[in-house]
Amino acid sequence: MTRLTAELVRERVRGTILERVGDTPLIPLHRVGAGLRGDLWVKIESANPGGSVKDRPGLWMVLDAEEEGWLGRRRVVLDATSGNTGVALAMVCAVRGHALELCVPDKVSLERKRIARAFGAQLVLTDPLEGTDGAIREAQRRAAADPDRYVYVDQYSNPANPLSHELGTAAEIWKQSGGRVTHFVAGVGTSGTIVGVSRGLRPKGVRIVAVQPDAALHGIDGWKHMPTALRPAIWDERVADVHRVMGTEEALAITKRLAREEGIFTGPSGGAAVAAALAVAREEAGRIVVLIADGGDRYLSTPLWE
Amino acid sequence: MPVTVRLPGALRDAAGGETRLTASGRTLRDVIADIDRRHPGFASRVLDDAGALRSYVNVYIGDEDARERGGSAAAVPDGSEVMVIPAMAGGR
Repeated sequence: MTRLTAELVRERVRGTILERVGDTPLIPLHRVGAGLRGDLWVKIESANPGGSVKDRPGLWMVLDAEEEGWLGRRRVVLDATSGNTGVALAMVCAVRGHALELCVPDKVSLERKRIARAFGAQLVLTDPLEGTDGAIREAQRRAAADPDRYVYVDQYSNPANPLSHELGTAAEIWKQSGGRVTHFVAGVGTSGTIVGVSRGLRPKGVRIVAVQPDAALHGIDGWKHMPTALRPAIWDERVADVHRVMGTEEALAITKRLAREEGIFTGPSGGAAVAAALAVAREEAGRIVVLIADGGDRYLSTPLWE
Repeated sequence: MPVTVRLPGALRDAAGGETRLTASGRTLRDVIADIDRRHPGFASRVLDDAGALRSYVNVYIGDEDARERGGSAAAVPDGSEVMVIPAMAGGR
């Protein structure tokens, strides 16, 4: 069981760029969703130094491995990722002085591969047809073949992932909203965000809304269609009060509206989460907080902004 | 001469359970239409209502990104391997 606390994490990263992970802005939407029963507020995770929400679990997973004594001088941090976690782990490992290998599906967006390499990570490219699940299988194979070499942090199974959100994201939302948050909406990828925030906010009466893509083939980067994907060990459907699905076209339309009407430049998953929150706000009153996982600049080489 | 088409697991259900099949056509749109004749509904998973590649689907003809070769109008040389890849990748 992990021994990390928010205080210990703060102490470990003091005086480095990692001190800026978390405490991201919570701001209201003024135009998108105006006139609905619920008020929409967005948590802007692109404000993290690595550019996405994944800085939180990336930092906590590496510090947890350090606290457990698993990261000796010659060991290599390993994980499977399609991008943002890779960037986060690469930044954290650069600061903490660890070597890093990332199993990444070939042909994922160029930006993220280049950023991870810029921080010094080694990339192992896996079959693009197998997607993220193929990258996970390759990381599992490497970890099993050479357990002395690798510390496989495994974002899909690591309790430090949801813990970073329970003790970080959820606590921030409660404080920033002055305890007035009534709903929390986020997509399900590793499920670390929704599981951790649920643990932090549900006992305070906040309704938790989990959103998944509506089909196996979708364009909501980072989200998992659970019926057809490898199931993360940390995922537990019972953490959510409501489960919704979102289509890619609707998500992309809202992604573009957020940029043009609110000045919020996000990726497809941010648009998808807000689109799902709009549906909640039509039906229910309250202060609805939506997590926007990353920024649109991670997708400049994709057709989204053409 | 037929071309080989490789599909991601996420499209298996739309192609009769196959992830590798043969098809024919001079352009990518023709190849997709050929598969759609055998597996009705396949084309709509890959192309939008205007017949363009969906934004979240990448197609490679050999090593070439079809989007840089005219999208669904890209020529498909005889004997090519066509690879359909989700542009996204879940889980991050």
